Amino acid sequence: MGLTGIQIFKLLPKTNCKECGSPTCLAFAMALAGGKAELDKCPYVSDEAKATLSEASAPPIRGVKIGEKKIGEELVFYRHEKTFINPTAIACLVTDEMDDAEVDAKINNLNTVTFERVGLELSADLLAIRNASGDAGKFEALVKKALGATEKGLILMSDNVDALEAGAKAANGKGALLYAATADNCDKVAAIAKENGASVVAKGGSVEEVSNFTSKIVAAGVKDIVLDCGATDLKSMFYNDNQVRRAALKAKNRDLGFPTIDLICDMTDDPYKEAMLANVAIAKYAGIIVMSDIDKERMLPLFVQRLNIYTDPQRPMVMDEGIYEINKPGPDSPVIITTNFALTYFIVAAEIEASRVPTWLLIMDVEGMSVLTAWSAGKFVADAMAPFVVKSGIKDKISHNKIIIPGYVAQISGEFQEELGSEWEVVIGTREASDLPAFLKAL
Amino acid sequence: MAFSALTEKYSGKMGTLTIGSGDQAVTVGGQATMPFATFDGELPNKPLIAMEVYDVVDPEWPAAVVDPFKDVINDPIAWAKKNISEYGAKAICLQLASTDPNGENKDAAYAADLVGKMLAAIDVPLLVWGSGNVEKDAEVLAKVCEVNEGKNLLVGPAVEENYKKIAAACLGYGHAVVSQSPIDVNMAKQMNILISNLGLPMEKIIMEPSTGALGYGVEYSYSVMERISLAALAQNDDKMQAPIINDLGKECWKAREVKLTEEEEPSFGPDMEKRGVLWEATTGIDMLLSGSNLLIMRNPKAVKLVEECIDELMA
Ligand code: B12
Ligand code: SF4
Repeated sequence: MGLTGIQIFKLLPKTNCKECGSPTCLAFAMALAGGKAELDKCPYVSDEAKATLSEASAPPIRGVKIGEKKIGEELVFYRHEKTFINPTAIACLVTDEMDDAEVDAKINNLNTVTFERVGLELSADLLAIRNASGDAGKFEALVKKALGATEKGLILMSDNVDALEAGAKAANGKGALLYAATADNCDKVAAIAKENGASVVAKGGSVEEVSNFTSKIVAAGVKDIVLDCGATDLKSMFYNDNQVRRAALKAKNRDLGFPTIDLICDMTDDPYKEAMLANVAIAKYAGIIVMSDIDKERMLPLFVQRLNIYTDPQRPMVMDEGIYEINKPGPDSPVIITTNFALTYFIVAAEIEASRVPTWLLIMDVEGMSVLTAWSAGKFVADAMAPFVVKSGIKDKISHNKIIIPGYVAQISGEFQEELGSEWEVVIGTREASDLPAFLKAL
Repeated sequence: MAFSALTEKYSGKMGTLTIGSGDQAVTVGGQATMPFATFDGELPNKPLIAMEVYDVVDPEWPAAVVDPFKDVINDPIAWAKKNISEYGAKAICLQLASTDPNGENKDAAYAADLVGKMLAAIDVPLLVWGSGNVEKDAEVLAKVCEVNEGKNLLVGPAVEENYKKIAAACLGYGHAVVSQSPIDVNMAKQMNILISNLGLPMEKIIMEPSTGALGYGVEYSYSVMERISLAALAQNDDKMQAPIINDLGKECWKAREVKLTEEEEPSFGPDMEKRGVLWEATTGIDMLLSGSNLLIMRNPKAVKLVEECIDELMA
């Protein structure tokens, strides 16, 4: 990360032999710096230069994949500086001391609790399996069961290295995360991880303790590491996640250049409080959080919070401009107009759908702004909306002349009516979309 | 590479705001660090939560909102007292919804009188919030200030179109003002400049950057507040050093995730109270994590959850 073209150029042979496809070494260096070329193209770079370049181009916080879910690779402290990249993974805990029914219920929640929002499917990511019994056989059996029961990535948790090995073998090739390597057993655990294609949590009582042995795990051939610095409550979690990110981004401390994991399920027994801890962890730098259950009512706000914190603050999600048909509208169906901000569209469309009233929904391109934002930016205003309505061709599809505008822009109705002329009748809708179904039914 | 804890030191610090008078007065703000970073510097005052009381309630409110106050919902003073004695409210925010010209359109004299009665009935600081109608708020809030002179109320929201009248009344009669701007760092600063040009010192101003609820723009509020905080701390910009308040209760409880029943949206789950409480508490903690000093919240359980987080993070 962050080497300039000139800095890279100094490491190249400077013979301008063109074998890389670039006319000169300098041109090649510039292409590398811009991410437009790969180092392998030059057959003559020294091993030393290669090492320097790959070290410099590694992200300050390593990206780690557990199953299909990637975490890490964050580059900033504040989301306005540059979007946060890989959303915090949310895991659900089961243990080998729970009875079958409880395990099944939790795995079922993990698999099935999902929400649709702005065209995305929001769900939890990982299953954490804890060897609470201390019995390796029981643990292995539960891991095997889980493998058949969920597609989600796995975190295998045991203090007993033999149990961890049995679990890792059962999950070989699934990219599981082994919890945990400590200062004392990290050689063994790293070897198990390496053999079974797993990644490793480095666990200690403090950030400092953890920083002392991650290099040993790397040296043993396991680069995919996640850090647990021993937080036991909100305050220590907040501190640790802050300090790890600072160490990685500011001090470029490679020993701490990894995502973190927080066992929130162990920090409280209160489900509400657990949700609050999870909120803080998501906003303030956790890579993975482990929760005691994935229930709908707690996950709905939590998943939405994660989505909000990790969206690009510069670019709202937008819909294409045009006519959207909801519930199979016909010539008599009402016409509604709103903006192309994805959130606005999805809320309004969901309400219309729920009402079962066939409806034409006109989506106008206002650069992805909400109704009031677009109005105050001068984009969702009468003299822009009228030509859009005419151009959309909606008139050809209907036999009436009513067009419903959002209640929040009731103030434009007069002018909009004037712009549209007598061919149309402007009707003021409700303010909140949640009141739309009743409004549509009463039309 | 050995680990040593890294700390951030800032050249500036957030100003303070005191509301209420005598031994009921409470101070917020004054932090020299980003939120809850006790390891970086001083956070002398805990963020405060003011519990909302409405003088008229929207009949659309879901049960989870109404239930905790069922017995007092038509009596704002009894409601405020219940918030204090039963739910531990440390401040009260009276929402003068009945003055909205599109609603009951009650007049300024009524509002000023109600505020006086409220002041006499409670022993915690009082915030007085207008209906959001720009012209009417100017008239109502100015009267509230005048009739309740010297009580050091926190009054708002003052916006670009009505701040002159509201801020002047705060200056004239000894109150503090909420300076509201639409989610924009420069406009927040501009409002502070305009208000201080009238003669009201920065210690009498708190900023409301326009609060979006979880799922409804929270991320914009979040980033604007982080940027305001950094301008105050890192750039030592004295016109950004007014503490921050978020009027979030009313934003949260109108979300469809809170209002819809399980029949209407099965994926949301049956426990509407849990959803609603966490919708509000999540918005609250997000606001605190991005720099808020004062939250206006509605549900007692949500308030308690956020207060527990504050206590633990500040311990
Ligand atoms: C997030 C936000 C922004 C974001 C933009 C987000 C976006 N993509 O639009 C940013 C930060 C960029 C922004 C900018 C501005 N904003 Co702005 N913003 C908000 C905020 C906090 C939330 C908006 C939001 O996302 N709402 C959620 C969506 C889903 O709501 P919606 O589109 O209105 O849809 C709802 C209803 O209208 C209804 N509905 C929608 N369509 C239809 C159709 C029919 C027929 C019916 C019946 C119903 C219906 O359904 C939805 C749910 O109920 C609001 C405050 C608030 N709490 O609303 C201010 C707000 C809208 N912004 C405001 C302003 C003034 C601005 C700026 C002009 C300020 C500035 N900084 O210059 C700019 C304008 C942009 C520009 N480039 O010039 C003001 C508008 C004031 C007013 N009353 O007119 C508000 C109200 C804040 C305030 N109180 O001052 N804003
Ligand atoms: S192949 Fe290597 S040595 Fe040859 S021009 Fe390209 S960069 Fe230079």
